[in-house]
Amino acid sequence: MTSPSRLPFYIAVFLLITAGISLAVWRHIELGIPWLTGEQRPVWMVEARVDFDGSNEPVVASLNVPEQPPGFRILTEQAASPGYGFSIIDKAGSRRAEWTKREVVGPQTLYFKAQFIPDPNAEPAPPAQPPKTKRLFWEEPQATAVREILAQAEARSSTPESMTRELIQLMQPDTRVQNTTLLVSEANYLQLLVNMLNHSGIPARTADGLKLEDARRRQQLTPFLQIYNGERWLTLNPKTAAQGVPEDLILWRQGSESLLDVVGGDNSEISFSMLRQTVPALQLAAMQFDGDGLSFLSFYELPIEEQSMFRMLLLLPLGALVVAFMRIVIGIRTSGTFMPVLIAVAFVQTTLVPGLVAFLSVVAIGLAMRGYLSSLNLLLVSRISALIILVIFITAGLSIFGYQMGFNTGMTVTFFPMVIIAWTIERMSILWEEEGGQEVLVQGSGSLFVAICAYLLMSAPLAGHLTFNFPELHFAILGLILLMGQYTGYKLSELRRFTPMKVYD
Amino acid sequence: MDWISPRALNRLGMLNMNRRNVDYIARYNERSSYPLVDNKLKTKLAVAEYGVKTPQLLQVVKQQHEISRFRDMAEGLAGFAIKPAKGSGGKGITVITGRDGDDYVKASGARVGASVLERHLTNILAGLYSLAGTPDVAIVESLVESAPSLARYSHQGVPDIRIVVFQGYPVMAMLRLATTDSDGKANLHQGAVGVGLDIGTGRSLNAVQFNRPITLHPDTGLALENINIDDWEEMLEMASRCYEATGLGYMGVDLVVDSNEGPLLLELNARPGLAIQMANGRGLLPRLRAVESLKRPHFTPGERANYAMKTFASL
Repeated sequence: MTSPSRLPFYIAVFLLITAGISLAVWRHIELGIPWLTGEQRPVWMVEARVDFDGSNEPVVASLNVPEQPPGFRILTEQAASPGYGFSIIDKAGSRRAEWTKREVVGPQTLYFKAQFIPDPNAEPAPPAQPPKTKRLFWEEPQATAVREILAQAEARSSTPESMTRELIQLMQPDTRVQNTTLLVSEANYLQLLVNMLNHSGIPARTADGLKLEDARRRQQLTPFLQIYNGERWLTLNPKTAAQGVPEDLILWRQGSESLLDVVGGDNSEISFSMLRQTVPALQLAAMQFDGDGLSFLSFYELPIEEQSMFRMLLLLPLGALVVAFMRIVIGIRTSGTFMPVLIAVAFVQTTLVPGLVAFLSVVAIGLAMRGYLSSLNLLLVSRISALIILVIFITAGLSIFGYQMGFNTGMTVTFFPMVIIAWTIERMSILWEEEGGQEVLVQGSGSLFVAICAYLLMSAPLAGHLTFNFPELHFAILGLILLMGQYTGYKLSELRRFTPMKVYD
Repeated sequence: MDWISPRALNRLGMLNMNRRNVDYIARYNERSSYPLVDNKLKTKLAVAEYGVKTPQLLQVVKQQHEISRFRDMAEGLAGFAIKPAKGSGGKGITVITGRDGDDYVKASGARVGASVLERHLTNILAGLYSLAGTPDVAIVESLVESAPSLARYSHQGVPDIRIVVFQGYPVMAMLRLATTDSDGKANLHQGAVGVGLDIGTGRSLNAVQFNRPITLHPDTGLALENINIDDWEEMLEMASRCYEATGLGYMGVDLVVDSNEGPLLLELNARPGLAIQMANGRGLLPRLRAVESLKRPHFTPGERANYAMKTFASL
């Protein structure tokens, strides 16, 4: 029966469904929007505390702050320092928080807080142009020692990475030879390493790492070595030559020379404390990509009022899907094609039981009044108009009555679409006159059943979450509805309806 | 609960609602032809050109103010039928069979005043019975005097014959008998009895009411197994001719047999129901597929009716 002309249709539907789902998957991976509601993500809150003594001079305190530490993303930053001017200054590969104040006397404390999200994919952007090596002038006898050690390391290595590893190896106390002992002292070890690497033509620098431990106070920074391998900066442990940044380590400083500069103050000190927090994954995703290029598909850009409207609107396709399924595959008769969806939407706002009670009472009272209207011999338009007004009276009456009786549920009647209710009453009443009460019961309960099914689906927190945060999933719903439009099989109700045909089989 | 398996239905070739809509109505019925069959007034005019007779048109009420003329017109009439031109499924059809003083007697025997009928006309004009609630036109037709040979089977109202015509071939037929349940209407879902008719001979096969097989008419108590329709070939040819008149590939043709006029076309239906299969105890699909696979379709209605009588009875 399938004519070839349907192939493009099926391809289009397939594309729609895959596009919807893959877009959602992509946004899940890229933006970190969670599939489920209530998912929590760990966030590290790190607080840097700067202490110094003011000496009655204008003060500029400048703290290096992380720009893009490998393995983490910065979520929020804030500074707490009453009376100080504060700004974050980006310049030439380093980011600094700067506090300024005209007159400062006595001990001062400045805070800088930042939240970090672990993200294995976060990488600092590679430098725009390769860094230059800084060659130092060595005096004898160091110059010879450096040359010899470097020659030794170079002979055993092939790349900047291996060269660095070999060099670190040679500088360790247990492998030290005469040359190294001459150069190395505990205090200058790292700086010496950097200078020697630079001398050998490998750009190198120091970095400071902060080990993350929950509820840790006065955490100290640990120094790290960074070398440039021609593409990007690599981080190495200067003692063990282990390459890479441990998962629980955040590089607070990289690229800039100093961690803290205080002009106009003495005894400056810095300490770090940290706390592990959890944040709803959804909130995280929303905060993280605020204004990001990838967030164009998100409704969070809209004003709150429109957002809540869209929350409702985006549920409608689910209702439509339920109606299509119930009518096409199951074969339930409803009065009015999409009346059940609109009733279900009202149920979402009223919750089920109060909504059902309110809906049934309005329709029942309306049907009784419609009986009188039908004897008035009115034109259809004015009869419907009169019915709408009557429905409003009934809702108002029920609300007031319910409120006086102490039931708040009476108030929920107002969520029902008046015109739809009026039409429902009109249709039901005509159905009653023409086909009898039984058909009214069949179609009425069919409509209510479909409405309740749609309500159950639409009111599920997951449904609201998915439709609002992954609006592209509606492509898949559209595809499913289109597919159902091509369903030519038997409806479930037909298997029952055609039962007498068994005799002829 | 009793169920039939989809496989058994497939074996029987039962056409179902979704397939009817997608594979037959959507494919073979031009949307532009719908107004022709959805509007009884247009149907009457269209088929008249192809020599298909319909009940006599007494009055067309197009405007609210024309209703006042209805009373004058109806004054001298014993029986008539008021129909919404765009009504569907027999909705809004009121059949008046006689008079009782100033009152009119409905087919059900109920007596109604002229004002009730006028209100009914108003409702029709406002579009209460039309498909999309659009404003409508009411037509008043002469009452069909059913041929007594068939009329005795029907409780009230006029028995009519539904013939499904596919691409001009009459593929399946049934006799529809009104009952008390159906309020004189010959609509199966309202409770009328459907009697399947052998397409080759016009003899009755099985009967159903409310989708259940029966052997006796629930009101008249007459056996439904030996009904024979006269002039069967002529009726099939008439139904077949409606294809030329409307161009609809898949439709239901409703005929009545008038004692004076012979077979008359009551209405056409672009979405004929599926119950006809149960009345016949046969599925429509084998016959529809036979027509679809015809390499050389027949050109005249007579040839098609002839072919149908010869071929389909055994499918």
